[in-house]
Amino acid sequence: MRIAAGITAAVLTVAAHADAPRFKIERGEACVAPVAEMRRDHMKMLLHQRDRTLREGIRTTQFSLKNCVDCHASRETGSVLGKDGFCSSCHEYTAVKIDCFECHSPERQKAAAR
Amino acid sequence: MNPRRRQVLGWGAAAAAGAALAPGLRLVELALARSPEEAASKLQRWGLLIDITQCGECDACVTACSDENGWTGHGRAETDVQWIRKVSLRDKRTGYAQTLPLMCQHCEHPPCVDVCPTGASFKREDGIVLVDKHTCIGCRYCVLACPYGARSFVHEAVEGQKADVPRGKGTVESCTLCVHRVDRGATPACVEACNKDGGKAMAFGDLNDRDSAIHKRLRTEPSSQIRADLALNTGVRYQGL
Repeated sequence: MRIAAGITAAVLTVAAHADAPRFKIERGEACVAPVAEMRRDHMKMLLHQRDRTLREGIRTTQFSLKNCVDCHASRETGSVLGKDGFCSSCHEYTAVKIDCFECHSPERQKAAAR
Repeated sequence: MNPRRRQVLGWGAAAAAGAALAPGLRLVELALARSPEEAASKLQRWGLLIDITQCGECDACVTACSDENGWTGHGRAETDVQWIRKVSLRDKRTGYAQTLPLMCQHCEHPPCVDVCPTGASFKREDGIVLVDKHTCIGCRYCVLACPYGARSFVHEAVEGQKADVPRGKGTVESCTLCVHRVDRGATPACVEACNKDGGKAMAFGDLNDRDSAIHKRLRTEPSSQIRADLALNTGVRYQGL
């Protein structure tokens, strides 16, 4: 419990740390949920959406990984990975390995480029 | 869904309803216009009808599949993935030669699903047989179980995947009937290519819909399943075999 509280506190104060991950949100004006909820629960959203899409064929874009990448991929590299990448910067900082991009494309689709 | 797309789909549905003179009963058009929030339904069963008398020496279907789904060979036939291939048949006595495209047959009773130990291999409500690569452990039981040799194991690291077609080393994959295209109302890439650059041998449609062209042809013309003796009730049917 104390550890959990500690982790929560650490997450909440992440921005205050000097060595906190640096990344650009890119199109961050309106995400699919409030920022705090996204930080805490984005993995749950992706997990549920993945089963709905693959198993049931429900292809709403709100919580789709493709939608995340299309907004948040870097304007320079076109990817959410790499140095200062939207996904990789935080995940490297917190030492949480993500397998998503072993199979999924980390790059914005051309059609969605704005 | 953006309003413009909804409107276009609405026109499509209205046109279809008008053409059928029975609003709401044209399941194909309703299915084609399925909205993104709607789940795949048992009302449909997607399938292919391949007239191999029209199938020539070209490989437009294979090329189109490879382009659409982003799979390529490395010149290593033993381990390269293959979602669709051209098979050549020759009668030894008469010398009569035929060629046909072979891919996942999207069985009603798929052996690959029966043998999968993790539930990764599954059949969607609308009959499309898929691999959930999130739960696939790469055991390859399904590769052995499939009587059509339709499944491939990904032996080598994959890069540059298509956004709609995630692929990765250590999992099994096969023809998805271009499920990402079907879900937005399009036909599979092989069918599109065959009708554009090939012999117009392939047709795609809903096997359950009596009003669909594919149902009409299956009802009135002879067709066959490969290895019909296994009673798998395949979603891919052939003519002229």
